[in-house]
Amino acid sequence: MPTVKSLEDLKRIREEALQKREIKSTPGSVQIIVGMGTPGIAAGARETLKAILSFIEEQHLTNITVRQTGNIGMDSWEPIVQVQSAENAVVTYGKVTPFAARQIMEQHVLAGKIVTDFVIPA
Amino acid sequence: MKFKRSMVLVSNDPESLRKGAADVFRAFQLELANFDLTEEISLTQFTDGGREDALPLVIVYPEACAYGPVTVADVKRIVEEHLYKGRQVDDLLAPVKELSGRIGWLKTRKGTLPSEKRVVLRRAGRIDPENIDDYIADEGYQALAKALSLTRMQVIEELEEAGLQGRGGAGFPTGRKWRFVGATKSPKKYVVCNADESEPGTFKDRVILEGDPHSILEAMAIAGFAVGANEGYIYVRGEYQLAQYRLEKAIHQAREMGLLGENIFESGFNFDIHVHSGAGAYVCGEETALLESIEGKRGEPRARPPYPTTHGLWGKPTVVNNVETLANVPAIILNGAEWYRGLGTPSSPGTKTYTILGNVNFKGLIEVPMGITLREVINIYGQGIVPGQSFKMAQTGGSSGSIIPASLQDTPMDFESFRKAGVSLGSGALLICDERTCIVDLAITLMKFFKFESCGKCTPCRVGTDRALRILTAISQGQAHLDDLDTLLKLADEMELASNCGLGQTAAVPIRDTLKYFRAEVEAHIRLGVCPTGVCDMASELEMA
Ligand SMILES: Cc1cc2nc3c(=O)[nH]c(=O)nc-3n(C[C@H](O)[C@H](O)[C@H](O)COP(=O)(O)O)c2cc1C
Repeated sequence: MPTVKSLEDLKRIREEALQKREIKSTPGSVQIIVGMGTPGIAAGARETLKAILSFIEEQHLTNITVRQTGNIGMDSWEPIVQVQSAENAVVTYGKVTPFAARQIMEQHVLAGKIVTDFVIPA
Repeated sequence: MKFKRSMVLVSNDPESLRKGAADVFRAFQLELANFDLTEEISLTQFTDGGREDALPLVIVYPEACAYGPVTVADVKRIVEEHLYKGRQVDDLLAPVKELSGRIGWLKTRKGTLPSEKRVVLRRAGRIDPENIDDYIADEGYQALAKALSLTRMQVIEELEEAGLQGRGGAGFPTGRKWRFVGATKSPKKYVVCNADESEPGTFKDRVILEGDPHSILEAMAIAGFAVGANEGYIYVRGEYQLAQYRLEKAIHQAREMGLLGENIFESGFNFDIHVHSGAGAYVCGEETALLESIEGKRGEPRARPPYPTTHGLWGKPTVVNNVETLANVPAIILNGAEWYRGLGTPSSPGTKTYTILGNVNFKGLIEVPMGITLREVINIYGQGIVPGQSFKMAQTGGSSGSIIPASLQDTPMDFESFRKAGVSLGSGALLICDERTCIVDLAITLMKFFKFESCGKCTPCRVGTDRALRILTAISQGQAHLDDLDTLLKLADEMELASNCGLGQTAAVPIRDTLKYFRAEVEAHIRLGVCPTGVCDMASELEMA
């Protein structure tokens, strides 16, 4: 890991990290973020994550990054999965069971169609 | 209660009343009835409407649409256009700059999703907590760099100006605490983060630790620099293993990058952090018991004074701050005290996190500006009381808070307003109870908790909680007498006056609140042998007989 000795170093690392994010959001790429705080895990986020990963493997998908994050605060809706593609703003799905995850992968990630049934309503 | 699709609030502070708010309120009653909307729209009053020019202010939820100044003549249009036809009346809207921070905040909300303006929960649920690059990409460690370019005193002054108060329950001004520790001459000082979080139903600190661990490390380093400490401890509740794992990982990454350790940012400042696991005792959240526990002793509160600011960990001056308190620090250093004061109320700046639990439709963790009312939290964030029920009371702060009756649900939730109303915010748990909850049953649950968690060191708490529990249990079984209530109050007095720490002192609160707000319900148990809600066992026995 690089060491930080000054504010300039810190800013450089920040720029690099932001750039990496940019590359990740090039057209056609998708970022999937799974909430892995205690409530998410308790509600089955690990199984959801596994379902997403095995879908990617089965379909030999590329250009997809799967990441974890903490709890966003909407415990009633766990497991929560956020899907971000270059084309769409972030879509936040709630109560994403492995079944729901596969549907989201098929319809949203592959076909670009938001699965309204699982979107957390405004 | 029928489902209310909308809520109308009319301001009723003295200035609004002077300008005719009472007539506006009556006009709303009349017009809502004229349009046959009383069933589906609730009408209430509120205070803290922002600046004077917009008063009387009328807010319509869920849109958080603010009209003001509103006159009686405007009411018909608002009801007809907005509430009946669903069209906002643009020319009556209050100018945005006249609104208080809280209404501005509510306006930026996007449905159920959290506001983008969150402060302490800004990164939770958005960044990868196990990846330091993610934190740095989101302005991480910039506040530390900035603090190290200032003087120690400037950092403390910024915090004092921001008016940050402790979020661990007591609300002590953080800047002042740091000043006390900073002023001591000891060559060795400590910064301790209180992450014991053992109040039932409170999990805000866990969300921060699991979702944004670096923010706590950064804040502790800033505190260390400001007070002249080079070592910190995070005392984490034993059950929080995921939080401990992520903290350890974060510390490791920060050390690798030189953001913890020696000569940080080449400033000559050294700081390192250890994680210490608790082992399941509630009392170890009390700061002096916590220090004993870190020292490897039995977790019992010390006698105070002296306070930890002069005699803390291993007898050295020590800052003890709650996780949420610390999570505010980098944002304040980076954005300045004035920005922070723009959130919340003048006497309680900033935001507060609340865990919403109980009989509401949405449960979870929210962050809102100080000064929001309980009614707003229940209706906007909790999405209302569960169908078919109505609000009876809320219990704040896990167990060491207050019981808030329906009559206080329009009190702004900030330290000062709550103190004036004789209730306390506690740690930020909001247990919402509907009419099916029995007050005696609730009091028993709380007292059982205190009795179980009493460390036993001092008599008032050890014996007092036990005796109070016996009396409350007798009440719930229809075996108590009216003078037992006097004994309960006397016990409350003694526990409050003579207990060595906050545990025994707050054990008195549920007794007092119960008898202050719900005495009739308690007396029904005693006089009539009936539990009005049908929760306590004796009621069913009576029915069977
Ligand atoms: C019985 C008892 C339990 C407490 N538990 C906690 C706790 O779990 N977390 C916490 O931050 N403060 C707790 N406190 C408050 C701490 O003693 C102390 O006030 C707090 O850590 C100060 O930090 P702050 O100024 O940032 O709020 C507790 C107090 C008492 C009396």
